[in-house]
Amino acid sequence: MIAIIKYKAGNTASVANALDRLGAHYFFAETPEELESAKAVIFPGVGHAGAAMESLREKGVDEWLKNTKKPVLGICVGMQLMFETSTEGDTVGLGVIPGALKKFDETEAKVPHMGWNKLISTGKHAILKNLISKNYLYFVHSYYAPVGDYTLATCNYINDFSAIVAKDNFIGVQFHPEKSGSVGSMILQNFLDLVYSPEKVKL
Amino acid sequence: MLTKRIIPCLDIKNGRTVKGINFEGLRDAGDPVELAKRYSEEGADELVFLDITATLEKRKTLVELVKRIAAEINIPFTVGGGIKTVDEIEELLKSGADKVSLNSSIVKDPELINKASATFGAQAIVAAVDAKKNGNSWNVYVKGGTEDTGLNALEWMQEVEERGAGEILLTSMDRDGTKSGFDIELLEKVNKLVRIPVIASGGAGTIQHCIDAVKLANVDAVLAASIFHFKEIEIKDLKEQMQRSGIEMRI
Repeated sequence: MIAIIKYKAGNTASVANALDRLGAHYFFAETPEELESAKAVIFPGVGHAGAAMESLREKGVDEWLKNTKKPVLGICVGMQLMFETSTEGDTVGLGVIPGALKKFDETEAKVPHMGWNKLISTGKHAILKNLISKNYLYFVHSYYAPVGDYTLATCNYINDFSAIVAKDNFIGVQFHPEKSGSVGSMILQNFLDLVYSPEKVKL
Repeated sequence: MLTKRIIPCLDIKNGRTVKGINFEGLRDAGDPVELAKRYSEEGADELVFLDITATLEKRKTLVELVKRIAAEINIPFTVGGGIKTVDEIEELLKSGADKVSLNSSIVKDPELINKASATFGAQAIVAAVDAKKNGNSWNVYVKGGTEDTGLNALEWMQEVEERGAGEILLTSMDRDGTKSGFDIELLEKVNKLVRIPVIASGGAGTIQHCIDAVKLANVDAVLAASIFHFKEIEIKDLKEQMQRSGIEMRI
């Protein structure tokens, strides 16, 4: 089963609904013990990175995440916390992916970056299967991960930034696949396939 | 590039969609979830559900409806109509709404914006403003447009931004229901004053009206109800023509 990490800053209802629509089995997990019983983990997030990290620390979920070898999909703030640091409340993240988050330049355009935007995929990975450059995804965020060695897809708003990242068993998406129509469902399905039937998404 | 959004609005009464016909009354237009699904399949970028029920049972019905919408719909949606407290907002967001739209309650209690924004994030808080021209400026109206607050609409919109609203849903009462086009003058002024996204509402009658709102007033999104309900304009045609006019759309 898939564990959805339940913590204060998470938007767990939308992710659970999306998994229901795909017919996937899941449960909500709050402790390392619960997480340990899952086959893979979805780490959702909305809101403030600092508050989210604080909430993870309360039950030791941060340490569990740093060390797990299970597939982990981080969404929005869940992705952002995979990085080392964020200027949002000077937060220190999990650090499983190198890099620091930055805030969009508010003098250039409206912040948050909110709405549908296009991806340009720059890598090869099971999570990208069937994703084409015409695909739009739904974003809501003020901070972004710069393009780096682990970027699989970029998006442009004010500047290029990482829309999808992956390192080892960690995959992060800046957009909300659970709110991104059929393209978002496809990306969630790719993650489920990667967990349950890797031959389907084999490159 | 970030696309411009098309947002159909559904009026809800006692858990059902209603359509007004020439101001003469309301007709039942079926299950909101079915209509929402249709819109989402046709390419709507977001949805707004406006509850106009005036009974005490209201909240319970609305929460149940929000749960059903959230289970079926995979695009973002906003819920509005008579929301007054942080607790009510929390219940609706936990039930699966992405944003709530606040109107009369924030005029009465502006601090509600600060509280709600600090608790749930600015992205979840939409300030709905009903504006009507009053000489050379615009006034804010509340209670479904029946009460003039005397507030200057442009000043009020700057205030809602400062207090932490993430978006403004601006309805021109002069244009609402007229199908004579959006109030470009008002939208343009607002967009120069605020840095949060502005959704244009009130007056959509043709595809060109929507193109004008984006090209002339640089709005971030266009909201309409009747043109979609009565299938006068198909969302797909609207988006294709907007794109052909050079506007980035999700197609």
